[in-house]
Amino acid sequence: MKMMGMNEAMSLAASVALLFFVGCGGSSSHSNTVTPPGGNVQAISVNAGPTGNYANGAFASVTVCAPGTATCQTIPDVLVDTGSSGLRVLSSALTVSLSQQKAPDGNPVVECLPFVSGFTWGPVQTADIQMAGEKASSVPIQVLSDTDFPIPTACANLGSSMDTLSALGANGILGVGVFAQDCGGACVSTGSSNPGLYYECPASGCVVVGEALSQQVQNPVALFSADNNGIAIELPAVSAPEASLSGSLIFGIGTQSNNALGSATVYATDANANFITTFKNQPYSTSFIDSGSNGLYFLNATITGIPVCPSPDAFLYCPSSTQNLSAVNQGANGSGSGTVNFSVANANSLFQSNPNAFVFGNLAGPNSLAGFDWGLPFFYGRHVFTAIEGRSTPGGTGPYWAY
Amino acid sequence: MNERPIERLIRPARLQATILSSTLLLISLPAFAGLGEDVSSVQADQAPMQGALRTTQTQSYTVHEIQAATGIVVREYVSSSGKVFGVAWQGPWPPDMRQILANYFEAYGQAAQAQVNARAGRRPLVIEQPGLVVRSGGHMRWFAGQAYIPEMLPRGVTAEAIR
Repeated sequence: MKMMGMNEAMSLAASVALLFFVGCGGSSSHSNTVTPPGGNVQAISVNAGPTGNYANGAFASVTVCAPGTATCQTIPDVLVDTGSSGLRVLSSALTVSLSQQKAPDGNPVVECLPFVSGFTWGPVQTADIQMAGEKASSVPIQVLSDTDFPIPTACANLGSSMDTLSALGANGILGVGVFAQDCGGACVSTGSSNPGLYYECPASGCVVVGEALSQQVQNPVALFSADNNGIAIELPAVSAPEASLSGSLIFGIGTQSNNALGSATVYATDANANFITTFKNQPYSTSFIDSGSNGLYFLNATITGIPVCPSPDAFLYCPSSTQNLSAVNQGANGSGSGTVNFSVANANSLFQSNPNAFVFGNLAGPNSLAGFDWGLPFFYGRHVFTAIEGRSTPGGTGPYWAY
Repeated sequence: MNERPIERLIRPARLQATILSSTLLLISLPAFAGLGEDVSSVQADQAPMQGALRTTQTQSYTVHEIQAATGIVVREYVSSSGKVFGVAWQGPWPPDMRQILANYFEAYGQAAQAQVNARAGRRPLVIEQPGLVVRSGGHMRWFAGQAYIPEMLPRGVTAEAIR
């Protein structure tokens, strides 16, 4: 437990019993405490999610308000994702009326955002965002809807829409990664280098438009008036499958007594938000930490010798017995180094033996071409910091991860 | 990029080496064929992609690599009979999946959706069907993947080569 102020002592005392309850069964080698909610601390929960079947999803409630008003709505079950930046909310989960962003010519701005297994599509709208005691004003967010504006061909050509509750498994995605905006400089001007994320949509049809950095969908943490240089996620250790797990999303790095880096090692990322993971003496330089991935995904059966599960679950590993492995993480610039010990259980056995569990510390699968994807199980028993690009912290300037 | 530097040979070499020749063109691109398509047959139909094209030939297949101005790199693996048996991509964003998967795009979309519906959760995509394998992963501003037709892999070529 980090040091904290006297004014937090009461809430801490009230939380101690709960913390011990949710943490019981955790390993002794890892940090097993989480900071109680309030101030700069937003409660998060790993549970089945709004669809009732989500494994290893960390969810939080996010309050959105029509800009400058007290007309607000608290949206539950929003996935906490350090692998993306920006708030995205299903139109079907939104009841408050937000402000539509318009291009200079007055046409509505709409976004197509690629994800690994598809895309999200929908209008860019402006909201005031509140979490714990933090507030960000006039934040561009994406409202996910297939019907408000017709999906352009170039967007549909990415794959499947994720704009439904069943496809998303959440009411929205809270992107609190290393980037301040989702696209960045590439989307500012049109031309061949523009990846085509932002559109303006007159009645005649949607066309790609240049989108200024400040108009792009923003990491809301970067727009908080304080505690705006990054986040920490704290979750207790997990030694056996559990139904749920309570933790904290803490805003700021080294800005309060509860978010000091302490003894955490800093791992710088490269411009693509990757770092280096070395496994069996082989470095993989497109590895990353991502709370929005729901397992430990790495390499493939050929390299690891771990068989994948039978069809249709070939995206998970199914070893005959639990494998204990280790890898070494290193900053993209070579700084920082630390060994990670992790386990890979038989995913089918995990699901079949624990039908009511949604927290699995050793759920894993292949990630053939993108190195190591250290998903949510990596966060169990750790305090993991994510520093936003260009923001100064006691551990240096972001982007980096630290734990 | 994990790619090793590729030797550039000016003359059309016919060496018994793994890499027979490599050329780099910094001009407006010719066609780009999708998975399972015949390279020559689609050239007239395809809209040019803007970027650099590099062709590398090995003993059993040819690699056409296109680096787009967006930073997206796509490689198509073409058999000696001119068929695209595999494609790979990497970059800050994914490529036009319909273009690179061609007739396999619909099967890809359906399989991806079925997988999400069967087991909720965000993770790398693995589709292993008879006649189609697609694997992709990454995160905002970094994506990488491969797709291939197992039955069309040239003798001695493994999935590891398609990257």
